[in-house]
Amino acid sequence: MDRTTLDLWVGIFVAAGVAALIGLAMKVGNLTSNPIGETYTVTAAFENIGGLKSRAPVKSAGVVVGRVDNIQFDNETFEALVTLKIDKHYNFPKDTFANIYTSGLLGEQYVGLDAGGDEVGLKNGDKIAHTQDAVVLEKMISQFLYNKASEGSEKKETETAQ
Amino acid sequence: MFNHLVKSLRGIGHRVIDRIWRLGCAARFFFYTLVLSGESLRRFGLTIREMYFTGVLSLIIILVSALFVGMVLGLQGYNTLQKYGSSEAIGVLVALSLVRELGPVVTALLFAGRAGTAITAEIGLMRATEQLSAMEMMAVNPIARVVAPRFWAGVISMPLLAALFSMMGVFGGYLVAVPLLGIDEGAFWSQMQANVDFREDIVNGVIKSFVFGIACTIIALFEGYDAPPTAEGVSRATTRTVVNSSLAVLGLDFVLTSFMISV
Repeated sequence: MDRTTLDLWVGIFVAAGVAALIGLAMKVGNLTSNPIGETYTVTAAFENIGGLKSRAPVKSAGVVVGRVDNIQFDNETFEALVTLKIDKHYNFPKDTFANIYTSGLLGEQYVGLDAGGDEVGLKNGDKIAHTQDAVVLEKMISQFLYNKASEGSEKKETETAQ
Repeated sequence: MFNHLVKSLRGIGHRVIDRIWRLGCAARFFFYTLVLSGESLRRFGLTIREMYFTGVLSLIIILVSALFVGMVLGLQGYNTLQKYGSSEAIGVLVALSLVRELGPVVTALLFAGRAGTAITAEIGLMRATEQLSAMEMMAVNPIARVVAPRFWAGVISMPLLAALFSMMGVFGGYLVAVPLLGIDEGAFWSQMQANVDFREDIVNGVIKSFVFGIACTIIALFEGYDAPPTAEGVSRATTRTVVNSSLAVLGLDFVLTSFMISV
């Protein structure tokens, strides 16, 4: 085989391989879906973060606006200190509400931001004051059972009174 | 009795020393290949020629097996996921298993069978017909002229082949999932994109295939270079190439995965 056809075939091979890599990154991977560029950092304290992990998405109105950067335990307040990196394009009011939600019934957990009505915006290094913890299924069930039990005992008391 | 014990102990010791000695030879061979690879990178035509034999000629088997692996993954995954009512997650299953594991590993195994054996047989025959000695007589270093271009060709080809394998496998999974099983196309791609991370999954897969490329190629080259210059020696060396490459790939895969998953 002469040199030019050989070069051509190897060129096709390399181009196809590189195209496959780019295709994997674009079509299969998440390189295009969340182009988070410049970010600013805010923190939020939660009493319970459930199964939240770093790199979990931060969403507002269902749109990904940032990522969880870091999760630490604050040994003075005994709360979880979550650092959020939010895209510079999005500004939120200072009284924004941070919640921990679960996507779907068994899905991953994410931080949801509900914008407040304050004129002043969140800045780099600010702390979100209003937070709501993750829903822990065991707590909910035990609360439900406790309520049911107390309802039942009330019923019995009224029956015996009659 | 005592003599017999000493003899069998000596046998074990001899075998162990032999293995370690061979490993040392392979390490020195690898080192020399790296040191003497200047020429193969300066005269890149040599490497391109070898890339045609290792990379381009492996394309058919890689692409066809990738298509079928992807299609089988799609069918099998659908069967199980359907029971939990999450058959849309089939895209994630196909893409993650291909990009993380099957792409690099199966490509490396096929590469060892298709290109590695060819390299071993070729260099083994060069040794047997004393072409390598002839080169030395002409003051041409056979490692720089014969071994290094093949090494770099294998190392460059492997990640490209693995990427093509993964892409083709995802396409195979798509063919089964969307037109055949009737899964929504949008859900298929969007779930895949939401769950496959560029850094964690795709780059790690490329790193794996790069390491496998080094391991497979250097094993094939060393076995050929070290083969006894007889017909039987070359045939044994070829077999050893496949066995050792496969074992090295699977072992390295575990080690690399355990480092990558540690987060």
